[in-house]
Amino acid sequence: MTATTPAGTGLAGVPLSVTPLSRKDFTSDQEVRWCPGCGDYAVLATFQGLMPTLGIRRENTVIVSGIGCSSRFPYYVDSYGMHSIHGRAPAIATGVAMTRPDLAVWVVTGDGDALSIGGNHLIHALRRNVNITIMLFNNRIYGLTKGQYSPTSEQGKVTKSTPAGSVDRPFNPLSLALGAEATFVARTVDSHRAHLTEVLTAAISHRGASIVEIYQNCPIFNDGAFDALKGADGGLIPLRHGEPITFGPDGSRGVVRGPDGTLRIADVAEVGLGNVLVHDAHADDPGTAFALSRLTDTEALHTSPIGILRDVERPTYDDLARAQLTVHEDPEERLAGLQAMITGGDTWTV
Amino acid sequence: MTTVTTVDHVVIRFAGDSGDGMQLTGDRFTHDTAAAGNDFSTLPNFPAEIRAPQGTVAGVSSFQLHFADFDIRTPGDRPDVLVAMNPAALKANLGDLPRGGLIIADTADFTPRNLAKVGYASDPLTDGSLADYQVHALDLSGQATAAVASLGLGRKDAARTKNMYALGLLDWLYHRPVEGTISFLEKKFATAPQVRDANIAALKAGYAFGETTEVFANRYKVAPAPAPAGTYRQVSGNRALAYGLMAGAAKAGLQLFLGAYPITPASDVLHHLAAAKDAGVLTFQAEDEIAAVGAALGASFAGQLGVTATSGPGLALKMETIGLAVMLELPLVICDIQRAGPATGMPTKTEQADLTQALFGRHGEAPLPVIAAQSPGDCFAAAYEAVKIAIDYRTPVILLSDGYLANGAEPWPVPDLAALPPIDPAFATGPNRPDGGFWPYLRDDKLARAWAVPGTPGLEHRIGGIEKADGTGAVSYDPANHEFMVNLRKQKVDNIQAVVPPVEVDDPSGRARVLVLGWGSTYGPISAAARRVRTAGRRVATAHLRHLNPLPANLGEVLRAYDRVIVPEMNLGQLAMVLRSTYLVDVQSYSRVRGLPISLSELAADLVALIDEEDAE
Repeated sequence: MTATTPAGTGLAGVPLSVTPLSRKDFTSDQEVRWCPGCGDYAVLATFQGLMPTLGIRRENTVIVSGIGCSSRFPYYVDSYGMHSIHGRAPAIATGVAMTRPDLAVWVVTGDGDALSIGGNHLIHALRRNVNITIMLFNNRIYGLTKGQYSPTSEQGKVTKSTPAGSVDRPFNPLSLALGAEATFVARTVDSHRAHLTEVLTAAISHRGASIVEIYQNCPIFNDGAFDALKGADGGLIPLRHGEPITFGPDGSRGVVRGPDGTLRIADVAEVGLGNVLVHDAHADDPGTAFALSRLTDTEALHTSPIGILRDVERPTYDDLARAQLTVHEDPEERLAGLQAMITGGDTWTV
Repeated sequence: MTTVTTVDHVVIRFAGDSGDGMQLTGDRFTHDTAAAGNDFSTLPNFPAEIRAPQGTVAGVSSFQLHFADFDIRTPGDRPDVLVAMNPAALKANLGDLPRGGLIIADTADFTPRNLAKVGYASDPLTDGSLADYQVHALDLSGQATAAVASLGLGRKDAARTKNMYALGLLDWLYHRPVEGTISFLEKKFATAPQVRDANIAALKAGYAFGETTEVFANRYKVAPAPAPAGTYRQVSGNRALAYGLMAGAAKAGLQLFLGAYPITPASDVLHHLAAAKDAGVLTFQAEDEIAAVGAALGASFAGQLGVTATSGPGLALKMETIGLAVMLELPLVICDIQRAGPATGMPTKTEQADLTQALFGRHGEAPLPVIAAQSPGDCFAAAYEAVKIAIDYRTPVILLSDGYLANGAEPWPVPDLAALPPIDPAFATGPNRPDGGFWPYLRDDKLARAWAVPGTPGLEHRIGGIEKADGTGAVSYDPANHEFMVNLRKQKVDNIQAVVPPVEVDDPSGRARVLVLGWGSTYGPISAAARRVRTAGRRVATAHLRHLNPLPANLGEVLRAYDRVIVPEMNLGQLAMVLRSTYLVDVQSYSRVRGLPISLSELAADLVALIDEEDAE
């Protein structure tokens, strides 16, 4: 019997490593070729640091990516990986996860890959709750094709393809995910290593489709897109299950529910800590999580919640699909069963 | 007194409104015919609309069955017997019935309103316009309703048994046993005893009507057809194809994973495999065609057998992913059940116009094997071979079938799975480099690459759509390497020719000057037409291709051995173009794109004219 992680968790069925692994074990021999200063480096380093802590076997890790700068990610991790085609990684990962419950399946994608060309696959993978973990690198720009606006770029964005300013309204990726019935929805930031580690660990430990939006700086085409958020006085709103949602200098600002049921930001001193919303990541109803996702600016970013917006249990598509099957381990028995099936009940003999 | 006439073959067409149960009636008559030991071939023909306006020509659904005391190849061009359940069915099908043909019409639906709906000014059953045919105008609905009156069904439900009444009558007329259909009805309506009893009563009443009345002066017998010994069943192309995929996966010891998006006429492949959960088959109804093939490729990457099934429009959508599979060199089977195109085209009608899409429809140099099934039952062998080639050579394979094969049925000798050639995935299990490393793009002597699946310790590697360095599989933008890899991938597919059997020529005379070469579902019409041409005293050779890429090694030599090569296709000459460019042989395209199988009588007549012209030269 091979040891695995407990049932019900995201990694249940994935065999555990006999010997402890280190960051080095997850580092491939490929030279990393992102631009200097790219946020992807920090995410890669964090990922390579957290993988050994999961205790699973390296060979039972699969990373599937689409196309874009971040989608080069699998080449740099010494596990099994596929760098596929634009937007299709969630679909490919679905086939991996359905046929191999003994694998930890990661999807690496970007804002263009996941939300533009691959939007359909993303929402359906989330809706089905396939047991995969999606890291969505959001830099609010197309990097690999050299700087066109993306489906998360703010309206008015001036790029090579929008010299007069973009007239497109951006997606809010987490609102989209919640609308698609996602069971695990979170956001983190490339430069916040501890937070990134914590959120990604929670995501892979969740059984079902997890999506983690990672704010990721593109120093070449959209430098500083998240600077206003990251400063000491910035508007990152950390969410912790069971705690009042406060942020800003000394937690002076907080999220409160208005009389019309919507969420808004208030001075804690004014409203009193007792009136600040207590975060419930496990609420069955996604309404409040959706309202939290709406606290994200759609134009230049000044406020945005980070952490786990939603983490609820629901049976996964792949577990349910496999449960319907009778798998014959004995090849002779399998062939005999198939022979009976193709012969059928309505035959004649010549 | 009814006399019994023995005939060697009969073509019957059941036609009615799409709600009249004509497909079921035809299917049951086929079963009853199988039980009588005849060879048979069927052609269902139905509108794309689920319920087209009632009583209109657009809403006519038909099922044609050809059965004989010899081995037949097609469902027949023109019916000898037309069963018309309403005026629209008569109007839509009369043109196909030769003069003297038998018409059995249900008078109940020949009302002034229904006649007017399809443009009949007067009732053709009574106005003498059908004088050239043998017409039996019978109140099938009324008689069926009367037969089930004691069972307490509502008027509408009672009248719905008219198809079983008609079936019973035809079973009597052609000496078919009805027991199989009775037990079928017992099972089908087990939970609705009233409906079950009514359908059985109607079937028996139809049979008894033939026996006790003297409406029919003639009754027909068709002797059993000789066939090789074995256990037979009836099978449709899509079912046989699903079984072939399952057999291939089972022999390879892999799980069968089908990713599919519903599309006519391929959906039955999804249905048959989704029903095979007891056999461990995993099916995934994806959000679109692209996700369907993507998930299948993911399953193959994970070390199982990924398959997708679609039709032409879906194949177009999948092409980028198929190109990725070419680059990744992973097994993948793509089934294209062709239909009339382009765009939506005619979804329920057949065509062979996806050949060039299958061969050349990807960007970049992306060769892959293409194979085609030639009859409904042959879909099994073709699917099995597609699986074997995909696994042996680590390549996507396109398997071509079409609507005609998919929905048509024929007797099928049930294959012995134990006797099928083995399929060995031969996974990489350890290092393949002297230094203990693993290179995913090291190859065997066939040029198939090493296939290491996730979960195998020490063989961790990354693959992707970017050009691979030879051997290591690392990302490479080196110009010389790219050219080398483009050629290597082509050579690998070309190497499959080693397992492609030489094309066999059928020329009983040994002296034919004209060769008719086909591929896919034209096998039936071509071989039947050739038989007719030879009966007419002409010499003709025929040959048929299963493998469209790579082509059989001896094909060029075969083509050059004839003065004329005719290539009938349900497209504008796609194989002909390939043959001309590959072999510089002046083959002649014979093109029919009507959404129907090529007419054997038309082809036979055209061939006779061609041969006479050739002989005159």
